[in-house]
Amino acid sequence: MIENLHLIIDVCLLAFLVLIAFAAIKITNLFVATMLFGIFSFVAALLFLDLDAVDVAFTEAAVGAGFSTVLMLSALRLTGAIENAKHRHSLLGLFIVGLTGAALIYGVTDFPNMGDANAPVQLHLAPEFIALTQEKIDIPNVVTAVLASFRGYDTFGETVVIFSAGVAVLLLLGSGHVEPKREPEQNMVLWIVVKPFIALILIFGLYVQFHGDFGAGGGFQAGVIFASGFILYALVFGEGYARKVVPASILPRFAALGVLIYGVTGLVSLLSNKPFLDYNALSSNPVSGQHMGILLVEAGVGLAVFSTVLLIFYSFSGVNHNE
Amino acid sequence: MIISLLSDICLLLGGIFTLTGAIGLLRLPDFYSRLHGASVTESLAAPLLIVGIMLDTGLTLDSAKLVLIIVIMVVSNPTITHALCRAAAHSGVTPKMETKNTKEKQSQSETEISGKESK
Amino acid sequence: MIAAAIIALLITLALTLIRAFLGPNIYDRILAVNSFGTKTVLLIIVAGHALGWFSYVDIALMYALVNFVGTLAVMRFFEQYDPQGEQS
Repeated sequence: MIENLHLIIDVCLLAFLVLIAFAAIKITNLFVATMLFGIFSFVAALLFLDLDAVDVAFTEAAVGAGFSTVLMLSALRLTGAIENAKHRHSLLGLFIVGLTGAALIYGVTDFPNMGDANAPVQLHLAPEFIALTQEKIDIPNVVTAVLASFRGYDTFGETVVIFSAGVAVLLLLGSGHVEPKREPEQNMVLWIVVKPFIALILIFGLYVQFHGDFGAGGGFQAGVIFASGFILYALVFGEGYARKVVPASILPRFAALGVLIYGVTGLVSLLSNKPFLDYNALSSNPVSGQHMGILLVEAGVGLAVFSTVLLIFYSFSGVNHNE
Repeated sequence: MIISLLSDICLLLGGIFTLTGAIGLLRLPDFYSRLHGASVTESLAAPLLIVGIMLDTGLTLDSAKLVLIIVIMVVSNPTITHALCRAAAHSGVTPKMETKNTKEKQSQSETEISGKESK
Repeated sequence: MIAAAIIALLITLALTLIRAFLGPNIYDRILAVNSFGTKTVLLIIVAGHALGWFSYVDIALMYALVNFVGTLAVMRFFEQYDPQGEQS
């Protein structure tokens, strides 16, 4: 029964993905296409959940369905809502795409089957990580252990990449300036309902940040969710007032502070004659040192991601447009 | 035993109301009536399904979070409905006032009146 | 019975998707997409309990919030920057 359910859910969701992709290509109104990409992310996250990849599903939903949609909509209002499509069919293009697709599919047949217990990825590092997490770090969520501790250097690189993305957007667009403008009184229902919602989102963001050791979560997801609270405030009450609550000048500093926290945690271990980012040096007991190290670096990641997401939103919404 | 029976009933009813709402979303003729039909799923079917799952998990931290999800859904979906309805009315989407039945009744009453006048 | 609820939810997702593709004006589509998001939350809860997904309640909670924010974003941007015309 359970096997059949897995199969039915997988087949249905994959069919939905294909249908949504087709519709997003054919429909020329870009608002609708953006919304369809939002539900594409929802369905993709469902598939990830069915494959037991919980943290990935979390991030896909938070970023793909939440933040990415808002960002594309901000970009759309600067360009225009109707696709500028020229309907020209090219047989040569179809042939080349078909050839490349066939070559890719032929290459995939060489992979081991999905979920095969003897695949190299299952035999080489994975059992070692799972055993070592239990022994050396002692937290239930192996993904967080791998992300923050065993592969902490890669995560440091990712955090710096996110920071550079924020810097690049700031260089290109600047953070802009929006005058606080009173919203029309008709939105009273929205105002009253959204206020407790913002509080709930912010608390949930903090919960995800600190609960990442035990359940799904972690710094990346928490940063995006926390920023979504402020984005919701900006959407309902006006961007001008949101910029008074969190000024745009403070955000690059917070992003840099997040990266700095991560780097300094690594430096402390260097100063104690241990490798960079070896959390055993942070405390007399190695396991509690690991806990402390994971807490600090996740806080750094969360801060950097929150600041960058909000900064990119401010940059897009602050571009001067003709009203 | 009773709890698992209640859970089954709630899940069954929830599934039926979800399907009803979706069929309504698809078949009703006009935006406002579709809005009305879709809200059935969010306000009735969703709490029923979640209560069914809650009865199955028992009294744990998970069921407390599920209560929170019910509260969020019951509060947020009517707000979205309100905002959508206001936005659509503001931008000029008119409800469809006539159906086949009302057109027939109008023409029927017209022939009756003209019949009485000609007598 | 849970299997029946899951299948009902999958059929509902398909029907809502059809409305999202068909809907003659954009408000139908916004409604359909919001409804799709709500059904996804329900599917996560029901299937997560039946199939034993790890930590599914947190994800369902987050989806409910993200769905709200996304729909409000679409409505706000649409009403500001495409008030008349090109409603398709």
